[in-house]
Amino acid sequence: MKEFLLGKLSLKALPHEWSTIGATMTFLVGALVLVLLITRLKRWKWLWNEWLTSVDPKKIGIMYFIVATFMLLRGGLDAVMIWLQQALSSGASNGYLSAAHFQQIFTAHGNIMVFFVAMGFMFGLINYVVPLQIGARDLASPFLNTLGFWLYVAGAIMINLFFVLGGEYAATGWLAVAPLSGTQFSPGVGVDYLIWSLQISGIGTTLGGINFVMTILKMRAPGMTLRKMPMFTWASLCSMVMVVTVFPILTVTLFLLFFDRYLGMHFFTTDLGGNAMMYTNLIWMWGHPEVYILMLPAFGIYSEVVSTFSGKRIASYTSQVLGMIGVSTLALLVWLHHFFTMGAGANVNAFFGIMTTVIAIPTAVLVFNWIATMYKGRIRFKTPMLWFLGFISVFSFGGLAGLLLAVPPANFQLHNSLFLVAHFHTMVIGGVLFGIFAGITYWFPKVTGFKLNERIGRYAFWGWIIGFCMAFIPLYVLGFMGATRRLDHYDSSTGWQPLFILALIGGIIISVAVVLQIIQIIASVIQKRQLADTTGDPWYGRTLEWATPSPPPFYNFATIPTVTARDAYWEIKRHGGLPKPKYEDIHMPKNTAYGIYVSAFAFLAGFAFVWHINWLAIVGIIGAIVCVIIRTFDEHVEYTITADEVEKIESKMRKKNLAADGQGEEMGLWDFVKIVITFIADIFRKKLWRRI
Amino acid sequence: MAQNIASHHEAEANDRVLFGFWIYLMTDLLMFAVLFATYAVLRDSTAGGPSDRELFRLPLAFTGTLLLLTSSFTCGIGMIAARQYKKFQTLLWFGITFLLGLAFLTLEVVEFRELIHEGHTWQSSAWLSSFFSLVGTHGLHIISGLLWMAVCMVFIVKRGLNSSMIRKLTLLSLFWHFLDIVWIFIFTIVYLMAFV
Repeated sequence: MKEFLLGKLSLKALPHEWSTIGATMTFLVGALVLVLLITRLKRWKWLWNEWLTSVDPKKIGIMYFIVATFMLLRGGLDAVMIWLQQALSSGASNGYLSAAHFQQIFTAHGNIMVFFVAMGFMFGLINYVVPLQIGARDLASPFLNTLGFWLYVAGAIMINLFFVLGGEYAATGWLAVAPLSGTQFSPGVGVDYLIWSLQISGIGTTLGGINFVMTILKMRAPGMTLRKMPMFTWASLCSMVMVVTVFPILTVTLFLLFFDRYLGMHFFTTDLGGNAMMYTNLIWMWGHPEVYILMLPAFGIYSEVVSTFSGKRIASYTSQVLGMIGVSTLALLVWLHHFFTMGAGANVNAFFGIMTTVIAIPTAVLVFNWIATMYKGRIRFKTPMLWFLGFISVFSFGGLAGLLLAVPPANFQLHNSLFLVAHFHTMVIGGVLFGIFAGITYWFPKVTGFKLNERIGRYAFWGWIIGFCMAFIPLYVLGFMGATRRLDHYDSSTGWQPLFILALIGGIIISVAVVLQIIQIIASVIQKRQLADTTGDPWYGRTLEWATPSPPPFYNFATIPTVTARDAYWEIKRHGGLPKPKYEDIHMPKNTAYGIYVSAFAFLAGFAFVWHINWLAIVGIIGAIVCVIIRTFDEHVEYTITADEVEKIESKMRKKNLAADGQGEEMGLWDFVKIVITFIADIFRKKLWRRI
Repeated sequence: MAQNIASHHEAEANDRVLFGFWIYLMTDLLMFAVLFATYAVLRDSTAGGPSDRELFRLPLAFTGTLLLLTSSFTCGIGMIAARQYKKFQTLLWFGITFLLGLAFLTLEVVEFRELIHEGHTWQSSAWLSSFFSLVGTHGLHIISGLLWMAVCMVFIVKRGLNSSMIRKLTLLSLFWHFLDIVWIFIFTIVYLMAFV
């Protein structure tokens, strides 16, 4: 009976180690503070109606940012723990982590950074920016969008749940390679948490991909042909087409692994004919394109940034688009370079080696186009541009390392070494993460109505660049010296320890840079009147998102603009600005909570599968299906705003903009410290806490 | 005029939904592609047990194929009736489609039961794992199609035929034909190839 009700769940699953108890307490205290704060401020209704159930892609975008930021800090903590362990654990010292614990940390670090940080930020940016860039008021399917977001949230909760129940995460590496991830070698619930966390958020990603392909291909403003689309929209389209192409592979692969573990099947087991190498093939058929899914939107961001801050249109638009399409097509044909050592034979390895090298050609086209865009441009070195310049130097370097890895004979030496780890971190941090930072700084005034502090932003940028080089260049060297990846301990005679310590110092500098970024945001909020963007176009932008006020009204455009050329807004500005608006009735989608309900049931089902609670799994699946049916047959999903109401909202916004000043000096780090000290002194002097 | 704008708005929305559903079908097709690939790889991994030739009964699978193909035909006729707003005929033809689908599903369950009864379960070998996963996934799709069809018929009875219901039926019929195509591949690759 107990087994029927609770499956494998028992009291033993509760936290009983320092790490799990600590994390659980942090979650509990955090949740408690949040609940008290919201109750105190009487904001529950507002939160539910205005945010959680919203189908506005701008609000969903902001919610993606918030979740992804928390996950970035969570994954960053893992990174620091890895650096610290490797710096300490040489010779007689075993560091402060057990081998098993260390393995779980690098697995979680990989999963979190790829699925919940990079994907979260990219989906956030695409949600916010793409509808504005193409002159649309909402997405093709607002419901799929909120559903995709909440599935992502359910996955994010699932990946952290092991702290509270179970106490162990997968120790298999981020791709859960078989047969290590089978029940024979990983009998615990760690791998199940991995499977269901990725499965639920992955299905959300597929839905998001379908939605954005629909939106970009079907909802562009009149006159915006494919060849007039902004670069970021093109990049997002390429990325989303890749999502719908490869995420189904991930879904099935994870299901097959789940069948092996739950139903005792033999796809990837070591006995009864299972084929573990098939798992490696399948997971990389998704896994390699996945890194390009993250990379392409970043390429789009850089294209927007470089053209805006050079005051020029992008050099050779057509070749830039073809370059992106080329990268995304070739990315589907290179997966085997992740396991040249598998023994597929010389000819197979040669084919994939050549395809991998060929991918450098369209990528180089992009890089040369960016450089050509800067050539003879009037470059303004604002922080987004700094991130771009940092990217282009780091990325070229990492790309060359990648070319080296693409050569099968060299790869046999470098496979699974820290050289590889250094290479892909160069690409993902230098490429994707810097792109995310550039994008956030670039579009921040659009989202909030005020710019980010430039001075502190520059400090953070230099912290990142210096810290990054110190943390990862030693890894290239270590790789050549023979250090393999995922080492929790090494012999002192190897002489590696100084380099590992150098990497740790780099990691600490990066952490300081992250703190500076947080300070940058707080300082900007304090000074938001001085930093206000009153025009909606703070950078002299070129694309349609800058034609709206900052922040844009919930319907984006009162009148949908007509596009006549590339860089649509630049052209409009050249020809005397936006025409006098002619207001019309606007149809907008109503808010819906069904995205939350479906995701909650999906979460329940996933949880039930982790712990083998069959009845709960059935409840979860049926609940999700019933919710989808109810939602599908709801006929009243839209409402109309009349032209008069639109006019009122627009004139109100204009007045509000005139009230802000947008002038004054930006504070530096020292000013910030002074403000904080005064604030704390104020708290003590006036006993402010009594008022709360 | 306002009526015109509203119906134009609706037509655009219909167009988008149809396009989106096609993309969804392609993602689903890719999932089947992966399952077909695993089946092809594991076909000979019988772990010493009996092979496909010894286990499959072609007449059973052939009857199932005929049932499903016929159901696709009746589904098409149902769509023609729906587009002409003939409520009774729509219900009749989709009802027949539903019954044919149910018969197909029953045959599949009978086949699975027999195999399991004889001790050839999905745990017996990698090949049987991939067989049950591929055919079973198709069966699950048929179940969701039947559920969808049943819910649609209930709503036709309750609300009658309107443009939004016809849109839902269009998607459903696309889904049903899609499952038919996938089944033709399953019948060829899984069943017929076993006897080549």
